[in-house]
Amino acid sequence: MTAQVTGTDILDVAREQVLERGVPLTQEQVLAVLRTGDDRLQDLLALAHEVRMRYQGPAVEVEGIVSLKTGGCPEDCHFCSQSGQFTSPVRSVWLNIPELVRAAKQTAATGASEFCIVAAVRGPDEKLMEQMREGVAAIRAAVDIQVAASLGMLTQEQVDELVDMGVHRYNHNLEAGRSYFPNVVTTHSFDERLDTCRMVKESGMELCCGGLVGMGETLEQRAELAAQLGELEPHEVPLNFLNPRPGTPFGDLEPMPANDALRTIAAFRLALPRTILRYAGGRELTLGDLGTRDGLLGGINAVIVGNYLTTLGRDPREDLALLDELEMPIKALNETF
Amino acid sequence: MFADAGAHGPVARGEDPGAWCGQCGVALVDGDHARCTRRAELEPPRFCVHCRRRMKVQVTPGAWTATCIEHGTVERSTWG
Repeated sequence: MTAQVTGTDILDVAREQVLERGVPLTQEQVLAVLRTGDDRLQDLLALAHEVRMRYQGPAVEVEGIVSLKTGGCPEDCHFCSQSGQFTSPVRSVWLNIPELVRAAKQTAATGASEFCIVAAVRGPDEKLMEQMREGVAAIRAAVDIQVAASLGMLTQEQVDELVDMGVHRYNHNLEAGRSYFPNVVTTHSFDERLDTCRMVKESGMELCCGGLVGMGETLEQRAELAAQLGELEPHEVPLNFLNPRPGTPFGDLEPMPANDALRTIAAFRLALPRTILRYAGGRELTLGDLGTRDGLLGGINAVIVGNYLTTLGRDPREDLALLDELEMPIKALNETF
Repeated sequence: MFADAGAHGPVARGEDPGAWCGQCGVALVDGDHARCTRRAELEPPRFCVHCRRRMKVQVTPGAWTATCIEHGTVERSTWG
């Protein structure tokens, strides 16, 4: 396979291998894609879009997210403003159940099919699990929307309980490729993250597992993340672009260039042809309006609508108008790709 | 409920824009807050502009709420 990468144009290889045969790119091939120049970017995005349309179709999955418990996290993820270990100005706060239901209703009103409840924790304690029991039940009683969760590392008992609550998808990102992970997090290991991901997959919940790019990793390490996500075969991969947060160890990094972000989107699509690939945090800063459009025409088939956990997103009407213009229907509730 | 004081706010009282930057917590008369102004487009305020206290901020898909223990709470819809 390496000979093909070095001896043949990587986009020709990807067209035959991924588009025609449905075989994902290898780590080496992803790296070759990431190394292509800006003069090939439009061709690359067009190919990734063809792959997305063939294996996923034109629909776009829309999701809203909300922070149930903000700040005060004991972990030291270097990109995150919610760690209690840094001098970030984000304070600890809990969302009450009526406000949680209100947020779910707001999200559903956009046509979204997913609502993800997130907590800044190492893993859930009994207080958080009780809030989840009450909150998920209240949402399911009041709003027609799928409930997802992101609560850190889980025990098997907690996995089983989330299934019983009716949580249909669980987010737990790898964050970075294995070789770069120790530069990003030191309070837990890459393997601990994998353990939770595997338990979730075996439980019957859908696994949402992605990462961040633009954290100072090399292209090799970015390709490694794509390959390790491919091995895990999550249902969804959320792709975040670092939004440098004041007070965090990565707070002084520059946002990654838009073309690098777009190349990453396309490369991840070619590595994950049958996976939902979602725009997550940082796209407003890294890509802006024009880049958002380019990404949707370059492999992305899911978006987070509205605000993020601690930062603000685009007005949802702008995203929904763009999807309409691009003739990309919003994925209906319970529709599968 | 307080009026909107712009990029450094918006937890500002009436006509009083406050003395502190809502983004970085530094006095408005000290230093360059151009980066703070840009950041305010994608981030709610974290500091009370009247007393510099860190506020409790809750972001939801369509709004944010910022509470200063001394100067109260403001909520702003971000969906138009």
